[in-house]
Amino acid sequence: MPEDAIPLNPSGASSVAMARPAGRSYLRAVAAIIWKDLAAELRSRELLGAMLVFALLVILIFNFALELDVRTRATVTSGVLWATFAFAGTLGLNRSMSIEKDSGCLDGLLLAPVDRSAIFFGKMLGNLIFMLLVEAMVLPIYSVLYNTSLLVPGLILVILLGSFGYVAVGTLLASMAVQARTRDVLLPILLFPVVLPVLVAAVKATNGFLQNLEASEIMPWLNLILAFDVIFTSVGFMVFDYVVEE
Amino acid sequence: MIEVRGLVKAFGQKPVLRGVNLHVDAGEFVALLGPNGAGKTTLLRILASLSRPTFGEVRIAGYGLPAQASAVRQRLGVVSHQPLLYGDLTAEENLRFYGRMYGLQNVEKRVGEVLDLIGLRSRRRDLVRQYSRGMQQRLAIGRAILHDPEVLLFDEPHTGLDQEAAAMLDVVLRQVAARGRAVLMTSHDLRRAADLASRIDVLSKGTIKASWQSGELEPRDLPAHYRSVTHA
Repeated sequence: MPEDAIPLNPSGASSVAMARPAGRSYLRAVAAIIWKDLAAELRSRELLGAMLVFALLVILIFNFALELDVRTRATVTSGVLWATFAFAGTLGLNRSMSIEKDSGCLDGLLLAPVDRSAIFFGKMLGNLIFMLLVEAMVLPIYSVLYNTSLLVPGLILVILLGSFGYVAVGTLLASMAVQARTRDVLLPILLFPVVLPVLVAAVKATNGFLQNLEASEIMPWLNLILAFDVIFTSVGFMVFDYVVEE
Repeated sequence: MIEVRGLVKAFGQKPVLRGVNLHVDAGEFVALLGPNGAGKTTLLRILASLSRPTFGEVRIAGYGLPAQASAVRQRLGVVSHQPLLYGDLTAEENLRFYGRMYGLQNVEKRVGEVLDLIGLRSRRRDLVRQYSRGMQQRLAIGRAILHDPEVLLFDEPHTGLDQEAAAMLDVVLRQVAARGRAVLMTSHDLRRAADLASRIDVLSKGTIKASWQSGELEPRDLPAHYRSVTHA
């Protein structure tokens, strides 16, 4: 290694220019975390692979367990779909935070001079992308196995809003659970009771769209999901710093 | 640069630090020695703003913790025994990622400079999980100095390194210290600490029990003095 490689800086002042505007730094940090998660996942395919295999297994098990006629199947579709998304999502949330914790990288993120809520949003949006990717792959497979058409625009909106609320509270709770030795068990125990309003509302709204119910019957459930999305995101924004600091 | 007064840290009812007073000036290289459980890592984690003090005053480069943590982190580089690097990213990608997190304006140029400095330019496109422990630790130092911090904290940086990698790390540590930065390093290696540091502090049972300037003690006498302090 070249011994004279470091340029001496007699003034002692930092010679590396930093981008100043706080808002830009914040967004840049959020984007950097999303990019990092996607780039690492593109190489390892650990997280997406595990989520997808798990989701497909859940769908297959339901497929064999519920040997029902086509009409009855249509009524259980929303429940089966969201149970699948919730289980696969838990796996993804756990893995996403474990990667940070196991190599000490969570400390690396916490050492960055940005508001720590930027780390929360970066991880949350990364998790949302993974969850949406798995859902996009699961939906056509589900359609074939259950002989049900899921190409309903309203359903896509429910999946977007429901997944957002799920990963918002899931990322926060995964950050808490990852500190514990029993993190794999702890996350579902913490997450499912808290996220239940979002899941119930998502099941009802999905069912409404698939059964072609009136908009007036679906809107209350969509509003409920939206309200919880705002609440969960705000709570994550406010308390993430306290969750990750010792 | 680093000022600590009456620092107390307790986990529940168990106090780990019991009133630590510490001062590290710019250009000073302080080695913090102490037995396992003395509170060295806890002290470094508080200085790195990763842990909140229970009581006491902590100032880094003039900024108080925990109130001005973001300003402190801008001026701080940390190397722990874990590399804080992503195994599924290349060395270059890791540095680029941290450069963005630190808001560096010319990330590519700085990443190139740091890769040259730590001697990993030829391996910059290799995944970090394929690196040896020594190479990972050099890259960890590169990550810590990427934003040219005024204060550097090293938590047992030689852990797990072979002789050659440890010697290489010593070269980098000396270069960093020669730049007028304040350096605080925890270690169990008395000989290495005596060799590198301009001052040695001994932390035992949650307080600084002794402090020796370089040259104040003969290196061969250090183990005996250290034992007398930690067994007192």
